[in-house]
Amino acid sequence: MSVITLITENIFLILEILMWSIVVFVPILVGVILAVYGDRKIWAAVQKRKGPNVVGPFGLFQVPADGLKYIFKEIIIPDGADKVLFILAPILTFSLAIAAWSVIPIQAGVVLSNINVGILYIFAISSLGVYGILIAGWSSNSKYPFFGALRSAAQMVSYEVSIGFVIVTVLMCVGSLNLTDIVLAQKNVWFFIPLFPMFIVFFISALAETNRPPFDLPEAESELVAGYQTEYSAIPFVLFFFGEYANILLMCSLTTILFLGGWLPPMDIAPFNMVPGFIWFLLKIILVFYMFAMVKAFVPRYRYDQLMRLGWKVFLPISLAAVVLTSSILFFFNLAPNLI
Amino acid sequence: MTAPLLSFYLFSAVILLSSLMVISSKNPVHSVLFLILTFFNAAGLFIILHAEFLAMILIIVYVGAVAVLFLFVVMMLDVNFTKSKENVLHYMPFGLFIGAVFVCELIIVLINSKLDLANIQILSNPFAKFSNMSNTQALGSVLYTDYILYFQLSGVILLVAMIGSIVLTLRDRTGIRRQIIGVQLERNSSSTVLKEVESGEGVDI
Repeated sequence: MSVITLITENIFLILEILMWSIVVFVPILVGVILAVYGDRKIWAAVQKRKGPNVVGPFGLFQVPADGLKYIFKEIIIPDGADKVLFILAPILTFSLAIAAWSVIPIQAGVVLSNINVGILYIFAISSLGVYGILIAGWSSNSKYPFFGALRSAAQMVSYEVSIGFVIVTVLMCVGSLNLTDIVLAQKNVWFFIPLFPMFIVFFISALAETNRPPFDLPEAESELVAGYQTEYSAIPFVLFFFGEYANILLMCSLTTILFLGGWLPPMDIAPFNMVPGFIWFLLKIILVFYMFAMVKAFVPRYRYDQLMRLGWKVFLPISLAAVVLTSSILFFFNLAPNLI
Repeated sequence: MTAPLLSFYLFSAVILLSSLMVISSKNPVHSVLFLILTFFNAAGLFIILHAEFLAMILIIVYVGAVAVLFLFVVMMLDVNFTKSKENVLHYMPFGLFIGAVFVCELIIVLINSKLDLANIQILSNPFAKFSNMSNTQALGSVLYTDYILYFQLSGVILLVAMIGSIVLTLRDRTGIRRQIIGVQLERNSSSTVLKEVESGEGVDI
């Protein structure tokens, strides 16, 4: 009984949380649709094609049309699959990709949940993303998905290490784990200038973490059909696809927050600071996404051993050295943020 | 009933059920997944105690890294499920012994502590001087000052374990051709062998 009274007493709070969740979800949905469209357009432009241009104005409705097509298709579950896990995997990927967005600040004070450990939360949620892929590969009970899942798991665990160290270097310059504080600490200079090597390492690791080309070994179609997605069809496939692009956008916004000054204008003078913060935030995300799309268009796929070598033998030493170097500079030049 | 109390019961019920499933489910992959669910809910308990840093670290380290490797290994094992069931009776006495030891320890802790469970403030704020800090700062300021020796020691132990496992699995294979990226990048047309090959004839390189 007391549970019911608890719910009825807080009904407005619960409704408010639901409403905010929808407020966060709808822009992500629109953003993912536009991102897929933009990705295909940019890719086409690099290859001197036109890309989607038939459905709707400028082909804008191509992606929703593709989505609808998948939704109305039949969900095929392989006979030998572990049925519960087979369905659980795309749901997990999708919901984790959405969940991470709850702490992203789009403007000063405009954030769904302004928690103290925001960056750790995002790191934790993105490290959980590997389970969707691993479970999908295993539960399909088929060899190509399984190989794809194993590759993906190893790849994501490897590149998480260097992402973690890059985040540590940024955090040492900020002195807080809160994402709003991280942006506000860049008021004078955006971190991609003093920490430029780390920016590069983070960008490449983000490509690997989201299984984007040139690191899309888990779904390398020339070797593994479609990797962990091979047995998926209809709505589960859409969930995977959506989750993947939501994660890419999340990594873009994380790059923006950590290195490109979040919602801050490039210069705090008249024409720039009159534009609302979330416009700057969106523009920066679009810029980073453009770089993601360009890399996809003109970098050939890595071989798997080269991928692992890059992660463990290049990025790990570089980022470790950068942690030591940054902390030494902050300590000896007395630049460390004063907290206590 | 308040919201934290309700979530406490929710999280701990899920922990108990899923840890029961860890040892009783037939498929080892399902066991590992239930173990992950247990870790996740334990992180939820930490959040109720306002220990958000520990909660996130628990998820990052145990769920994000350790359990992935568990799952990795278990998925690749070719386990005979019926055979492992026969072994249950074999391991039962030892398991019961460990369980009994653990229960005894818990009882001793429970008797010794005068914990007032309603007063969660003590648990989340054991040191009064840190009461106005976020718990990330509080942990850091204790860990890197008073307990620096133990912290460094645990780091060294982990390093030794890491080197040990690398040494155990390291094998020097001969006769394989490794890719040396520096050498590849150094190459240019002057160091390349170019030979005209007549049609229908082979060539020695």
